[in-house]
Amino acid sequence: MIHSLFLVNATGDIFLEKHWKSVVSRSVCDYFFEAQERATEPENIPPVIPTPHHYLISVLRHRIYFVAVIQSEVPPLFVIEFLHRVVDTFQDYFGVCTEAAIKDNVVVVYELLEEMLDNGFPLATESNILKELIKPPTILRTVVNTITGSTNVGEQLPTGQLSVVPWRRTGVKYTNNEAYFDVVEEIDAIIDKSGSTITAEIQGVIDACVKLTGMPDLTLSFMNPRLLDDVSFHPCVRFKRWEAERILSFIPPDGNFRLLSYHVSSQNLVAIPVYVKHNITFREGSSQGRFDLTLGPKQTMGKAVESVLVSSQLPRGVLNTSLNPSQGTYTFDPVTKLLSWDVGKINPQKLPSLKGTMSLQAGASKPDENPTINIQFKIQQLAISGLKVNRLDMYGEKYKPFKGIKYMTKAGKFQVRT
Amino acid sequence: MTDSKYFTTTKKGEIFELKAELNSDKKEKKKEAVKKVIASMTVGKDVSALFPDVVNCMQTDNLELKKLVYLYLMNYAKSQPDMAIMAVNTFVKDCEDPNPLIRALAVRTMGCIRVDKITEYLCEPLRKCLKDEDPYVRKTAAVCVAKLHDINAQLVEDQGFLDTLKDLISDSNPMVVANAVAALSEIAESHPNSNLLDLNPQTINKLLTALNECTEWGQIFILDCLANYTPRDDRESQSICERVTPRLSHANSAVVLSAVKVLMKFMEMLPKDLDYYGTLLKKLAPPLVTLLSAEPELQYVALRNINLIVQKRPEILKHEMKVFFVKYNDPIYVKLEKLDIMIRLASQANIAQVLAELKEYATEVDVDFVRKAVRAIGRCAIKVEQSAERCVSTLLDLIQTKVNYVVQEAIVVIKDIFRKYPNKYESVIATLCENLDSLDEPEARAAMIWIVGEYAERIDNADELLESFLEGFHDESTQVQLQLLTAIVKLFLKKPTETQELVQQVLSLATQDSDNPDLRDRGYIYWRLLSTDPVAAKEVVLAEKPLISEETDLIEPTLLDELICHIGTLASVYHKPPSAFVEGGRGVQHKRLPARAGSGESAESPDVGQAVSAVSDAPPAVIPSQGDLLGDLLNLDLAPPTSNVPPVPSSMQMGAMDLLGGGLDSLMGDESETSASHYRTEVQSPQPPECSERELGGDVGGSPAMGVSLGGAPVGMPAGLGAAPAVGGGLGDLFDLGGGVGVTAGSYIPPKTVWLPAMKAKGLEISGTFARRSGVIHMDLSFTNKAMSVMTDFAIQFNKNSFGLAPAGPLQVLTPLSPNQTVDVSLPLSTTGPVMKMEPLNNLQVAVKNNIDVFYFSCQYPISLLFVEDGKMDRQVFLATWKDIPSENEAQFQIKDCHLNSDAASNKLQGSNIFTVAKRTVDTQDMLYQSVKLTNGIWMLAELRIQTGNPNSTDLEVGVIFLSGLNSNLPSSRRRTSWHALLSAPHHLSLTTQSVF
Repeated sequence: MIHSLFLVNATGDIFLEKHWKSVVSRSVCDYFFEAQERATEPENIPPVIPTPHHYLISVLRHRIYFVAVIQSEVPPLFVIEFLHRVVDTFQDYFGVCTEAAIKDNVVVVYELLEEMLDNGFPLATESNILKELIKPPTILRTVVNTITGSTNVGEQLPTGQLSVVPWRRTGVKYTNNEAYFDVVEEIDAIIDKSGSTITAEIQGVIDACVKLTGMPDLTLSFMNPRLLDDVSFHPCVRFKRWEAERILSFIPPDGNFRLLSYHVSSQNLVAIPVYVKHNITFREGSSQGRFDLTLGPKQTMGKAVESVLVSSQLPRGVLNTSLNPSQGTYTFDPVTKLLSWDVGKINPQKLPSLKGTMSLQAGASKPDENPTINIQFKIQQLAISGLKVNRLDMYGEKYKPFKGIKYMTKAGKFQVRT
Repeated sequence: MTDSKYFTTTKKGEIFELKAELNSDKKEKKKEAVKKVIASMTVGKDVSALFPDVVNCMQTDNLELKKLVYLYLMNYAKSQPDMAIMAVNTFVKDCEDPNPLIRALAVRTMGCIRVDKITEYLCEPLRKCLKDEDPYVRKTAAVCVAKLHDINAQLVEDQGFLDTLKDLISDSNPMVVANAVAALSEIAESHPNSNLLDLNPQTINKLLTALNECTEWGQIFILDCLANYTPRDDRESQSICERVTPRLSHANSAVVLSAVKVLMKFMEMLPKDLDYYGTLLKKLAPPLVTLLSAEPELQYVALRNINLIVQKRPEILKHEMKVFFVKYNDPIYVKLEKLDIMIRLASQANIAQVLAELKEYATEVDVDFVRKAVRAIGRCAIKVEQSAERCVSTLLDLIQTKVNYVVQEAIVVIKDIFRKYPNKYESVIATLCENLDSLDEPEARAAMIWIVGEYAERIDNADELLESFLEGFHDESTQVQLQLLTAIVKLFLKKPTETQELVQQVLSLATQDSDNPDLRDRGYIYWRLLSTDPVAAKEVVLAEKPLISEETDLIEPTLLDELICHIGTLASVYHKPPSAFVEGGRGVQHKRLPARAGSGESAESPDVGQAVSAVSDAPPAVIPSQGDLLGDLLNLDLAPPTSNVPPVPSSMQMGAMDLLGGGLDSLMGDESETSASHYRTEVQSPQPPECSERELGGDVGGSPAMGVSLGGAPVGMPAGLGAAPAVGGGLGDLFDLGGGVGVTAGSYIPPKTVWLPAMKAKGLEISGTFARRSGVIHMDLSFTNKAMSVMTDFAIQFNKNSFGLAPAGPLQVLTPLSPNQTVDVSLPLSTTGPVMKMEPLNNLQVAVKNNIDVFYFSCQYPISLLFVEDGKMDRQVFLATWKDIPSENEAQFQIKDCHLNSDAASNKLQGSNIFTVAKRTVDTQDMLYQSVKLTNGIWMLAELRIQTGNPNSTDLEVGVIFLSGLNSNLPSSRRRTSWHALLSAPHHLSLTTQSVF
């Protein structure tokens, strides 16, 4: 099981260590630092690094490496999942997960890590259980604690720990009972030079914010549940009911949680909401290159495409660019060669474009790689897969909750090759 | 107000200050001080000096303070064991606390204090906590047992905690069950044979119930535990699969992958025609695809596992090619894995898409990735024949880009394509030659030189090109030097007139100026070949090369099966069995996939296994040295051995001599095993066999001079003794089978044995036996395809062997052999092939070719195979011959515990063409005189003595004149039991052997 955890920042300093079994010397991280030196990009460090006596499994989140040390055969995914859970918990507790935040709350961090693992076995990883055990630091609480001398450690046995619904504590009370669901879809796509789709898939999630009194039992049904053939559920969802009736039936956790995530594969037809016309050329023997990019909406079901951001890693030979955006602002970093263009909203009547020239190193040969264009965008009130919630019902409690559903489509890894 | 304030006291008297604060009367100040201590501890500062002061704070009602002190204790107890004892009392007290949270916390913390003295005190509280009314305490205690076991395993066993832990598997609370399983699994890891988790249908049922209700982490433990179970039948297997399938929809990827492991393993047991089998296959794809949309680290682990799954069951993901397309901002480790899987999934149906992608990747920035992409194009060409042309043109396009590393990779793979499709794409050579100068990597240079040498006749200036390489010969890497040497020799053999100087030059460079033994040896071999026999040299060096196989990097099936059982673990990430990297001292059990219901494996009864002749005991040896070695040297590593073994003077005399030598030697080899006294030691003598006028084969004749000329030869013969037990199918077997089945006629046929295991032959398994049917020798072969692709184009070839066995016709495997199919072939053999003495004598080296590769194995045929039907000698001739045989050629030995009367023995032997010429009864002995003729005309005579009326002796003494078969007449200790069963009458056979040539 998980032996130790080291937190390493981008400069390669260990700023926190925690051992669940015997102490493992920090020097074990030297193997990690070696890998870090070899890697060209921070994210290129291999997730599993063998050392003579241990294995290092690391994840990179928020520019902090979480390096777990294990000694025996442990499922690596188990470790990685756990590390992600640690990060999520920190974020949940401190708002951000940064080196500063962790250092500011080091005692809470230690208490949390102690509660999350026992002898390397996960103990309490559910946010609501942890919050009962260790109260999140808030300014108010810190003040109150200082005055009254009380602590931020719960005195009670967390009830959720043992109930059949470990994700929900009992005795929840709200004056305003509300349940919000956000259907968020991300399109991952690769579009080739000619504009045809090579692969496109949708990663969707339904995130919920449920603030309901007591033990509500919810059911959520869809207009077109058949779209959801590849789903992962929060443990609260009753799987049998879904199998039989295609209805989500669950007792929700209290607060924010991810109800389900789904995947609409490339085998279904995925609508591509934007198109790109591009002409990026370098001529042999010339120190100039042409850059011409136009964006336009496509298959958006009449919704506006907003928050568009175009970025591209230009070839190393490009010294600078002189481009003219029809809207928004663009920047080019001559060191990293990263071009980014903040377009904003696409107006179908007047398509945004970015035109101009790139200057190349004089005498250098024509760059041999073609830049890939990365596009980010948002479309409100649209789930691009066509998924629609039919109705939400509540059983088990008498009050009438306020319900809300929001849809949004975003670009995930949306790439256009040139 | 943040915790960072605890870090700010960096003054010199810090420890002193803290000490004062810790001993303060004010609760608040105390707590703050402990927090400061903890903060220092987390960043690695040594605050152990404060131990007594911190421990003093332990007795408090404040839960937070208590926890903080516990944290401190866990860290420093080891370094202050005596002080730690002070804390014991508080622990014991806390274990009785009415608040279960405190009880659990106490038992948890105690387990973390790795001090022997403390663990003794821990036992009683732990025992109580394991039976606590509160499940939270029980589950914490379960983990504590594992902790304790880690510190003091003996103590845990003595205290009976393991049994309590086992009981917890039946606990009513799923979380307790999960933790008990986790703890037991961890303990079991250090005791691989302890059988701690003996899984039976009842426990499995409990685990499956708990699976639905416990936490995600608990589910992982339970699923991993389930994966170790082997269901009794396919029905149980299916019911477990059905209950595990919902886990595929879990949000935690580790749960998903563990579920995939269980399903992949248990699926193995389901009949393939079952509807459920198909359903399950379909259900497996979506969760695997979903794993690829997770964070890159998860993707990486998932991809490594998918790589295994794709090799085991390609049908699961065959339609999901697109999800493996690479995004330009994937981390490099994800990119490389995706590429690998793309190649594995490439097929005729999707090759166009794949190629377009690969071409795109080849223009990316990352050098490693680009290289692998170019290589992948070559692999596509080799894998999907229809795409070869397109691949080659893509590679040519890439060469035109003139990007140095792309060109080099392209040339390396084009070489492989030439090896796969000879005489098809040689038109591109001109383009390749243009890039000669830009090659700076050894592999690319070597590949280019190989191409130039191989196609020297089509390249006008091949000599110039090679000469240009020769200039810097000593600066080249060994790889290039070897290649250059071979290429120039090839060139010389093709264009001898104009390249004599060049070859001289390279040979002298290789043999005189080089320090590298490989290079020198290869140089000398070429030199000698060329100077002795240029024609032979041509045959050897320019021999036709077998095609290279399409999948060069498949994991071998047995390892793959083991890795499938380890899906989701480190083993699956490294693609190595756990035994290869798990720290020593912990034995690792090899896991195997369960057998499909009704498969042949279970049908084979142990009795049959016992009856398997000695042949099966001999592991089928890979053809040793000679052929391979030479092939290697010439860098034709796959050339069939027959084409390049050095010519060995072959004649019957060789065979005859060896027959005796080997036979007698092997006879002696068995001496220790059975009754030694019956052997005559003369056979050890190096004297050559003297030949009688009965000699029919070869040119030795009866001339004593010849005998002399052969003198000493057996001495030089290495002791074939070791190999003796492997020679099977002799008289012992003949008796054995005859007695067992009750058939008196018909020659003995040993059961089929595996000659070539699938793991050595890229999935092709060959088993076989030999039989003599109506005067013709047959080699009965079973080919089983255990790989994933169809096998075609079978052919067989034998190396020269002692009795000139050779296929009488081509191998008749007409239809392609699809995966998991078995085909039986009977190959008639002739005995007119080339003769060469083998060691052991009855060894046969076989090369089998299919569309994938050429495989070599060796097997041994029973010598009785060679007994011809007209082996009955005339009585008069027998008598005359018998007397003429010198005593040196005689051997005798005894078969113990053989209950067989003379008639039965005679009948049985006649079935194998051992003929009784005469019978005589002297006192209580039956004497049988027998003759045998071998295919090469060698006669052997035998006297069989069977003791009749001696009830105390049950020994059967057999003397045989056929020599090699002799040793196998000896019943091995294993067979002895069956002798008793088979033969009832107490007889005593003794036998004198005399051999006649």
